[in-house]
Amino acid sequence: MSNGGGASSSTHLLDFLEEPIPGVGTYDDFHTIDWVREKCKDRERHRKINSKKKESAWEFTKSLYDAWSGWLVVTLTGLASGALAGLIDIAADWMNDIKEGVCLSAMWFNHEQCCWTSNETTFAERDKCPQWKSWAELILGQAEGPGSYIMNYFMYIYWALSFAFLAVCLVKVFAPYACGSGIPEIKTILSGFIIRGYLGKWTLMIKTITLVLAVASGLSLGKEGPLVHVACCCGNIFSYLFPKYSKNEAKKREVLSAASAAGVSVAFGAPIGGVLFSLEEVSYYFPLKTLWRSFFAALVAAFVLRSINPFGNSRLVLFYVEYHTPWRRKSTRFGKYPVLEVILVAAITAVVAFPNPYTRQNTSELIKELFTDCGPLESSQLCQYRSQMNGSRAFTDNPNRPAGPGVYAAMWQLCLALIFKIIMTIFTFGLKVPSGLFIPSMAIGAIAGRIVGIAVEQLAYYHHDWFLFKEWCEVGVDCITPGLYAMVGAAACLGGVTRMTVSLVVIVFELTGGLEYIVPLMAAVMTSKWVGDAFGREGIYEAHIRLNGYPFLDAKEEFTHTTLAREVMRPRRSDPPLAVLTQDDLTVEELQAIINETSYNGFPVIVSKESQRLVGFALRRDITIAIENARRKQEGIVLNSRVYFTQHAPTLPADSPRPLKLRSILDMSPFTVTDHTPMEIVVDIFRKLGLRQCLVTHNGILLGIITKKNILEHLEEVKQQVEPLIEGH
Amino acid sequence: MKFLILPVASFLVCFGLLAPVTAKNSEDIRCKCICPPYRDIEGQIYKQNVSLKDCNCLHVVEPMPVDGKDVEAYCLRCECKYEERSSGTIKFTIIMYLSILGLLLLYMVYLTLLEPMLKRRLFGHSQLIQSEDDVGDQQPFANAHNVLSRSHSRPNMLNKVEHAQQRWRRQVQEQRKSVFDRHVVLS
Repeated sequence: MSNGGGASSSTHLLDFLEEPIPGVGTYDDFHTIDWVREKCKDRERHRKINSKKKESAWEFTKSLYDAWSGWLVVTLTGLASGALAGLIDIAADWMNDIKEGVCLSAMWFNHEQCCWTSNETTFAERDKCPQWKSWAELILGQAEGPGSYIMNYFMYIYWALSFAFLAVCLVKVFAPYACGSGIPEIKTILSGFIIRGYLGKWTLMIKTITLVLAVASGLSLGKEGPLVHVACCCGNIFSYLFPKYSKNEAKKREVLSAASAAGVSVAFGAPIGGVLFSLEEVSYYFPLKTLWRSFFAALVAAFVLRSINPFGNSRLVLFYVEYHTPWRRKSTRFGKYPVLEVILVAAITAVVAFPNPYTRQNTSELIKELFTDCGPLESSQLCQYRSQMNGSRAFTDNPNRPAGPGVYAAMWQLCLALIFKIIMTIFTFGLKVPSGLFIPSMAIGAIAGRIVGIAVEQLAYYHHDWFLFKEWCEVGVDCITPGLYAMVGAAACLGGVTRMTVSLVVIVFELTGGLEYIVPLMAAVMTSKWVGDAFGREGIYEAHIRLNGYPFLDAKEEFTHTTLAREVMRPRRSDPPLAVLTQDDLTVEELQAIINETSYNGFPVIVSKESQRLVGFALRRDITIAIENARRKQEGIVLNSRVYFTQHAPTLPADSPRPLKLRSILDMSPFTVTDHTPMEIVVDIFRKLGLRQCLVTHNGILLGIITKKNILEHLEEVKQQVEPLIEGH
Repeated sequence: MKFLILPVASFLVCFGLLAPVTAKNSEDIRCKCICPPYRDIEGQIYKQNVSLKDCNCLHVVEPMPVDGKDVEAYCLRCECKYEERSSGTIKFTIIMYLSILGLLLLYMVYLTLLEPMLKRRLFGHSQLIQSEDDVGDQQPFANAHNVLSRSHSRPNMLNKVEHAQQRWRRQVQEQRKSVFDRHVVLS
């Protein structure tokens, strides 16, 4: 082709290539998004819509729709989360009670609902009614006696095992991403990572169904973490209905932040706590707009749950206790056989849990019982105090009383339950079923708190002339409330495990409604966090992230070392030189060779090999898609075609094939630092802007590249260099 | 599968909004009074299906175990609470949950047991091995193929379903490898 023809064909190419190539700008699985690029895309879209706003009424409506679509997504997410949480609650309660018996008059009622209208319940035994038959009664025909105890035991184990087995099979066959809690992975996703399928439809369905099975099988796990995962799945799915969110990964993460707030809100019935949890634990970037949307989502979800929930309000009363559980990762000897592992743990849990009434019951009910103060209306074993006064005055004031035999028996059982729960929770977290650890941690803390509370109460009664008690307790007036100790214990234990601060206090406050408990709660949570931090800085979610090797750059850690950019950049001295592309020298064949031989995610583009001045940065995925697209759509592109990133084609000999213009995929404004930039600033830039990679130049000449992975490796190296020094002293 | 989102979503939304509006059975309301032990009368629980305005000790506690002047003292110690529930919601939820669980179980049995048997009988052993192989994601251009071929529409509906099912199965296999074999979610 002559030059003239070349010029006209190049202008033709220009018009043609202004159209966006489908697929460019999307991300591969297990890659980090480019926050800066996504935000630019969003601003561009917004500008386009705004500029067209005045043209016609239709365009105006479209702009209104665009502005309000955020609120719509968040509302839908809240509704769906609330509905699913209600479904999970109802189904889990029912299946939990199936282990013990059936309601003959209406098969779909659990124990409490079955006896709801019955008049045979008594003050001492609030659960007895003729409509509810235990398995021993149905099968053997008798309700009491050793034979029926064994039959009940056997049926309990049978149901627990079959639920656990079903759960792990469903997870394994349909959606392996549905296992575990989900919060560490959601943290990583919100920091900019892509895990395809983690928030998909199958994961949502399987997580909902198997969560009910896992909770019903009596395993020592909770449903709070999985509910956050469920809510985020809903948020992800609804965001696909709106192009504003489906095409932009950064905007989608705003919806996911709001969705996680909704998840915690339905887990605890605590909307404000949910928003703070999303802010403190889960989200990476939390602009002010997200704050409002998160609160709205949490509110909608809590409202829907409350209106569905047919059991009425379940409020827990909380107490204080200091307790801290160090986290230990269990050995993965059984990790190779996930189904066997789950069955084994479920079997052990069921066998040991049945005899002890405190471990046999639902963990949430256990917490509720521990939090409730003993009043005249309570008749549980924990409240069987000896009354030393007669008749009418016995229960009006609830003063300190000596413990009756019921309380001592309860204390023994609680101690055993505590040890059992600690051991089983450590083994259960990490099983291949949906599992959360909020409720088990709170249960452990509550049990310990109640034990300490009762002990202190008895101490105050028998030694009321000690200095401490004389100052604060008057004779005949109640001053130690063991329920409060249990509340503090639960909060402190959970705070120690996850290192949550403000969000935990607000969640507990919303659970109990006790404004006067806030100060002791805050003190307990702060102390627990300081004690925990003395052992290790990571909460359990950060530890999970680190152990699984996720590329998560923690925004909370300080980088205090004096390394420079050139010590971290690649290529190092022993590495092959940096793989770069020249702006108009390469042929399609050479470009494909570079892409096939290396595994880098992107390539800097320089002016020429002689002057290594930087032009821009091109991503691997975009290049491959563009080449494929060009070979399909444009004629004349062969292996020998020249590839150019400039605005105008280079001058070529007359008989050369048609050149390929790839300027549209070139990022003309990559971030650069000089090689003398301190790493503190580089790490700060990566955190604040959400970069994936950053180019390093020296006197304007391209030297190397720093990626997020390099920074994470460098942080690890530096930490390991510092720690042996500390231990040596 | 995108067209399925809207009906499922609307179903969930309706469930969320309409559930509390379902017809109030007369059996679904009650007033529960808990009366602690008093003198030599032991503690009792009284329940009756009365409305909110009648939910107090005088209407619910029948027969009154004390007479005349003690009634007030006795009633002061009782605590009466009005409670509502929706048995229709519970019934609907449990039945829906069990049916979805049953369907999933059947599908799981079909996938793990029946389908390999059927395939083997129809196509022979070699085809089975081929369909188990993963599409190698090593070549960078394979990804591009996936991205661009999504825009091609298959005319046949059955082919579409088959195609979607194959893709889904590949994804699940990838996930299974990450989660179960390598013990990490990411590579």
